[in-house]
Amino acid sequence: MLWSTRGSGTSETAGGGRRLPPFRMRSHGAIGLRRIARHRGAAVGAVVIGVLLLGALLAPYVARYDPTAPHFALRLRPPSAAFPFGTDFFGRDILSRLLYGGRVSLVVGATSVILSFVVGLPLGIVAGYYAGRADTLIMRAIDVWLAFPELLLAIGIVAVLGPGLQNVMLAIGISGVPGVCRLVRGSVLPVKEEAYVEVARAVGGGDGHVIRVHVFPNVLAPIVVLLTLRLGTAILTGVGLSFLGLGVQPPTAEWGAMVAEGRVHLQQAWWVSTIPGLAIFFSVMGFNVLGDGMRDALDPRLH
Amino acid sequence: MQRHIAHRLLQLVPVLLSVSVLVFFMIHLVPGDPVQVMLQDYGSAEQAAALRHTLGFDRPLVVQYGVFVWHLLHGDLGRSIRTGRPVAAEIALRLPYTLRLTAASMVVAIVLGLTLGMLAAVQHRRFLDYAATVTALAGISLPSFWFGLVLILVFSYYLRWLPPAGADTVTSLILPAVTLGASAAALIARLSRSSLLEVLRQEFIRTARAKGLGEWWILYRHGLRNALIPVLSIVGLQFAGLLGGAVIVESVFGWPGLGRLAVDAIFNRDIPMVQGIVLTAAVIFVAVNLCVDLLYALVDPRIRYV
Repeated sequence: MLWSTRGSGTSETAGGGRRLPPFRMRSHGAIGLRRIARHRGAAVGAVVIGVLLLGALLAPYVARYDPTAPHFALRLRPPSAAFPFGTDFFGRDILSRLLYGGRVSLVVGATSVILSFVVGLPLGIVAGYYAGRADTLIMRAIDVWLAFPELLLAIGIVAVLGPGLQNVMLAIGISGVPGVCRLVRGSVLPVKEEAYVEVARAVGGGDGHVIRVHVFPNVLAPIVVLLTLRLGTAILTGVGLSFLGLGVQPPTAEWGAMVAEGRVHLQQAWWVSTIPGLAIFFSVMGFNVLGDGMRDALDPRLH
Repeated sequence: MQRHIAHRLLQLVPVLLSVSVLVFFMIHLVPGDPVQVMLQDYGSAEQAAALRHTLGFDRPLVVQYGVFVWHLLHGDLGRSIRTGRPVAAEIALRLPYTLRLTAASMVVAIVLGLTLGMLAAVQHRRFLDYAATVTALAGISLPSFWFGLVLILVFSYYLRWLPPAGADTVTSLILPAVTLGASAAALIARLSRSSLLEVLRQEFIRTARAKGLGEWWILYRHGLRNALIPVLSIVGLQFAGLLGGAVIVESVFGWPGLGRLAVDAIFNRDIPMVQGIVLTAAVIFVAVNLCVDLLYALVDPRIRYV
């Protein structure tokens, strides 16, 4: 249950009129946020993601060069003061392409994760809360879904819909649904049995009300953790598909495609592939560290 | 146990049936006219009509599905649109390579993962534990294609120890197997660490220590045996990750497996080939999970199925 952060202020006892000391009640959300902020790993992850977000947002202002325009005179320059991360085969500044490419990777990750949750969250809640036939039906469908390895399912969907960024997001989103559904269902099951849910139902609370006010806030913590971890996975799958050439098409800057472009010149110009790869690695690690930290911080057994 | 096996086999029937329906409909989910997409708009009207007839599109859907399943039961996955060769034959040619690669990566993942997890648990809250934890976290964050390129750069180009591509020698298997196995190793390390820590806190470990047993004997005989049970359950799931990951790793190392075949098929819009590969992967995955489930019952005497 989410309590008001403002607290109930002061209160007076009925008989004597003696004033009690002020009493503040903190919300679960506020306590959770404080714990996350104090967790060292979570803080490191948050900083990494912050830098990533800032770079992506400010790309047009920070990038010194056009990320797509070729300059053949400047091809395959090693890292220097003018080009901190060197240039690629077309003479494009790798730092500028990294900044713009981060936007694509973040959008792919965020959009596909949102899609997974938009479909998986209601399915999981319905399966967990209503149990019975709805549960059986949904979970059998999820079983079939899970019969396809996740990355392979995504590749299969791209194969059907055709290569392209939009289809990649759709594919990653769809293939992430079963994981979300299972976790949400698993979290709803114990909450549903709690006394306060029973009370809420006994006093006439409708299903929609009980789910919204009593069930959902109490399964929020594992959901937020999963959301963070899934972002890392989705970014990783997205760059993987782009590396295969199934995602963004050239000359658009995207990290996975940048690694792929550099592999031909790996021996002469190591930086073209290596540096975008490092960017992928650190951002995915950022989400994983933050997710792990949040899980530790929000796990009541660890306090 | 026999009843349990029979029960699990029966459960597979609806799953496999649904998988076949999904794979069958893949071709009909293609936006626009699938025949035109497969011909990539180059074919003439006669060619399109001929292809439509070969694929059976001129018949009702139910009949098409019936024919599809009938052929499936006879090991016939249709013909490739590009090469005209039977899809099943192409897959049979490439599958051994992918199986060899995934098996080798599984070995890498288990050996590396268990070693790292054990070290971390035994050295709990000491330097080695933190080092192993960070390494494992890095492992699950690694983009496999990039890790593969870095390995090629170091071990093939600079040190010249291992070949950067090819699939003929044992040495050419090492780099792809390590690349593919790295993230699975990291997950196994994380799980075996926490599982072993949990077990080492139990009363029977204290009893074993009180008896005066050596630390390594306790770890092996009492700790690891119990800690391995949850680890085993994710090995099956990891296999799925490896099958999917193989698509990417195979194209980094030029490994002639199913993954490369799949990527080529996607670019050629060779939908029957993609269908065949997806179906094969799903069946392998379902079979592996069944094996893990049954192994689980064998390893853990507490699990007794009715």
